[in-house]
Amino acid sequence: MATYSIDRTAKQLVLTVQEYSLFAYRAVLNLFSAPRYWPEFLVQSDIIGFGSAPIVIMSGFFTGGVLALQSAATLSEFGAAAVTGRFVSITMIRELGPVLTGIMVAGRNASSMASELGSMVVTEQIDAMRALGVDPMRKLVTPRLFSCITMLLFLTILADAFGILGGAAVTVFMNHQDGTQYFSEAWEHLRYPDIIQGLAKPLFSGFIIASIGCFYGMRTSGGTEGVGRSTIQAVVTASVLIIFVDFLVTQVLLTLLPPL
Amino acid sequence: MSETAAFDQPDPGPSPQGLNQAPPLELPPLGPRPVVAFRNVSIAFDGKPVLQDVSFSVAPAETRILLGPAGVGKSVLLKLVNGLIRPDQGSIQLFGQEIATMPESQLFALRTRSGMVFQEGALFDSLTVRDNVGYQLISEGVRDDEIDTRVHEALRFVELDQTFDLYPVSLSGGMRRRVAIARALIHQPELILYDSPTGGLDPVTSTTIIELVMKERDVYRTPSLLVTHRLQDAFTLCTHRFDKDEGHMVPLPEGVTNPDTTFLMLEEGRLIFDGSLHELLHTDNNFVREFLE
Repeated sequence: MATYSIDRTAKQLVLTVQEYSLFAYRAVLNLFSAPRYWPEFLVQSDIIGFGSAPIVIMSGFFTGGVLALQSAATLSEFGAAAVTGRFVSITMIRELGPVLTGIMVAGRNASSMASELGSMVVTEQIDAMRALGVDPMRKLVTPRLFSCITMLLFLTILADAFGILGGAAVTVFMNHQDGTQYFSEAWEHLRYPDIIQGLAKPLFSGFIIASIGCFYGMRTSGGTEGVGRSTIQAVVTASVLIIFVDFLVTQVLLTLLPPL
Repeated sequence: MSETAAFDQPDPGPSPQGLNQAPPLELPPLGPRPVVAFRNVSIAFDGKPVLQDVSFSVAPAETRILLGPAGVGKSVLLKLVNGLIRPDQGSIQLFGQEIATMPESQLFALRTRSGMVFQEGALFDSLTVRDNVGYQLISEGVRDDEIDTRVHEALRFVELDQTFDLYPVSLSGGMRRRVAIARALIHQPELILYDSPTGGLDPVTSTTIIELVMKERDVYRTPSLLVTHRLQDAFTLCTHRFDKDEGHMVPLPEGVTNPDTTFLMLEEGRLIFDGSLHELLHTDNNFVREFLE
């Protein structure tokens, strides 16, 4: 009985991965053939980009602040409190900016995509769209995917910038250190591999958020309860995948572009 | 009408040369080509059969009413007609083209030739009535002023012109169904599929919806397949006609029924009846009799 259950679960997992791969492949491929729904792309960019900006700015700012608080205490033990700016900027740009932005946007947008598309599935709006001769993959999924990738790039830059500002605020107003020194340290020790690493990660996170959100939304079944289930699955899966893929990308980029 | 009427060929009679003869040449189909033709269609979900060996056809200008209790596969059958669901076995022809194996990209174009009214209307919540009804025209890039004109025309047909700028959330259940009918009709479809258009509505609103179905049948002679479990609606369609001059439905003379309105009935995924109202009322099938009673 237990073997049967494990066997069934494993098969279900493989099937889900296979379905997700085909789903994501079709969503990407749609961009290279007509019809393309550019107005949808702009609408989604507004929802994902401008809509998520406040939470990304706030989380970035306070994360930078916490980093400065925590690091200053430890660094001062070694007489190195002056390098707080360097520590905050590199940590934010290489790691925390992309990951935090990904998780914040996943919580906000993967859930909204899954619940919106899921509701459309259970109320037969997706079937109605197909019956009217419109491909829901092209109309709903592809614009979300590409606007999420594009917007996550800019949101990450925003999170990085406000993280460094948050660190500066703590350094100047709470740790009573020199602001010029903070920014000088933050800027001078930044290298291109750091920036490349920081800007490569949101491309993967954006893809994960939109493709997972839409995938779980489009395969919703079981009425309103099913919509709730899809929403939870989308957020949990997207968040875990963002951290996992972040680990893989970091490993690959550290090999390709070793720190100086 | 037999269960496989669309595929029946005239009996060539016994061969005088005996059995050791080449098979007879395939004869051309009789009468006009059916708009929809199902042949031995079966489908199962999670291993549980939902439809088994279903064969029937819809002729031009014919209205077929699909009866059956809840959960026998009526909506599934309707979604098979325009390829929203694929069958596991059998052949489905829509406008003469085989759709059971047709790629989804080709099906989109074919589906635009038919209209579908979903159970709860399935209107797009985020769009106004204008954008819902004109959805197909907007997708095709039709000019805005032409879309407005045609949406007004379609809304006048369902007598809801005043809802042009409203959102679906502000409409009643019956109004949503009527807007869904307008959306299905705006493209002058060659076939209309109605999935329980009166389900969950009060008797007065149901009659309004049935009158619209009748109007489309009698004014435009559009073939249709209508799913319902309400016998009253089915019988009204058979025993009434839409009077264009008076602008409402009127009963047919006593004993006369609409010859182009016929019945199909499902029981546990199998088609157990295919025929006219007269045949339905005089069938020996126990399940049909129980359903009618």
